[in-house]
Amino acid sequence: MIEFHLDSRSGVSAYLQLVQQVRRALRLGLLSEGDQLPTVKDVARQLAINPNTVLKAYRDLERDGLVAPRPGVGTFVTRTLTDNTLAAHGPLRTDLQRWLSKARRAGLDDESIEALFMTTFRAASEEDIA
Amino acid sequence: MTTALRTHELGKRYGRSRHWALKDCTLDLPTGRVVGLVGPNGAGKSTLLGLAAGMLVPTAGRIDVLGEAPSSGSEHLARVGFVSQDAPTYRGMSVADHLRLGAHLNPRWDDALVRERIDRLGIDPSRRTGSLSGGQRAQIALTMAIGKRPELLILDEPVAALDPLARREFMQDLMEAVAEQDLTVVLSSHLVSDLERACDYLVVLVDSQVRVAGDLEELLASHRRMTGARRPSDVGPAGHHVVTASHTDRQSTFVVRTGGPLVDPSWDATPLGLEDLVLAYLRGDASYERPRPTVEVVR
Repeated sequence: MIEFHLDSRSGVSAYLQLVQQVRRALRLGLLSEGDQLPTVKDVARQLAINPNTVLKAYRDLERDGLVAPRPGVGTFVTRTLTDNTLAAHGPLRTDLQRWLSKARRAGLDDESIEALFMTTFRAASEEDIA
Repeated sequence: MTTALRTHELGKRYGRSRHWALKDCTLDLPTGRVVGLVGPNGAGKSTLLGLAAGMLVPTAGRIDVLGEAPSSGSEHLARVGFVSQDAPTYRGMSVADHLRLGAHLNPRWDDALVRERIDRLGIDPSRRTGSLSGGQRAQIALTMAIGKRPELLILDEPVAALDPLARREFMQDLMEAVAEQDLTVVLSSHLVSDLERACDYLVVLVDSQVRVAGDLEELLASHRRMTGARRPSDVGPAGHHVVTASHTDRQSTFVVRTGGPLVDPSWDATPLGLEDLVLAYLRGDASYERPRPTVEVVR
């Protein structure tokens, strides 16, 4: 079982924070297939939050095929998000570090590096979609 | 959609006073929601809630609660729970006496539910309510109101007098009750932060009139703060309804209810949080036009 936390100053809606926390738990392997999510009533109580917000988050996860409700029992994980890419993280990080030092040598400051990365990342994601 | 509370040009004056505590109030609140009623002190929140609970009689206009006039009989009263601002209990009576009284007066009294709640609150039933803390008294009042299994629960500033921990515990108990029961809640507060997580419907009352009312998420999705180069007047971005406008020598800032897609690149549009949204309506004098049939929010 996981426990939810809400950051009221993050600017992210409560419903989205719940969705993100489940997804993160699935990615980190904290939740796996067959695990039960806290009941809507328990989350509403624990966070003093509108139960409809919890329902909405769970429905969203259901739509993504990650969880399924069992009537009268609760909501259960049906799929995990852990993957086999962990092995590739090391080499990719080395590449990225090399690229970062190159960017610094070229005179880019933190803000410019971040902006360049984000615009390139977004452009690449859009190309993938198109 | 069924209606929990419907008013039409509702007005209230107390005694021979010429002052309208509530005036031309027209509202339609759906069932199954947790409705937050926000407004400054003296806006008429308590008057509206008192009218809805059948504790007050309207001077003008009409009010329907769960499809009937309030105070239309004891059967109707049993469907509505009401906790007024000071969380009233009989101070000389014990908690157990309160529960006996509740069971005696309410046809749908849920004794098991009430005992379970009192037990969890850790309050000794033999204690007089006068000896309890403010937070505990508020919890007893809420428990009594929930114990009668109402369809509509009306809470007037339920947490205003409580410390942060008692506030939190009260809201936790309330949200649990909403999850358990088929319950519509209308609660008032002059603090937006009390309502942010709990409510899914918002009513802003200013100077005894409704400034804005609607589904909280739709309201947040349809309002933007737009900044751009100084414009000559208070004429805001075309096609959008201006709530507030402010100007410096260089810049104009508008809070708008969007009337369509935001396409004009000369404006920088950012979403508003609940607090800023409410403040805009408290400050702005533009009244809110009821939106056309709800537009599906595109994600």
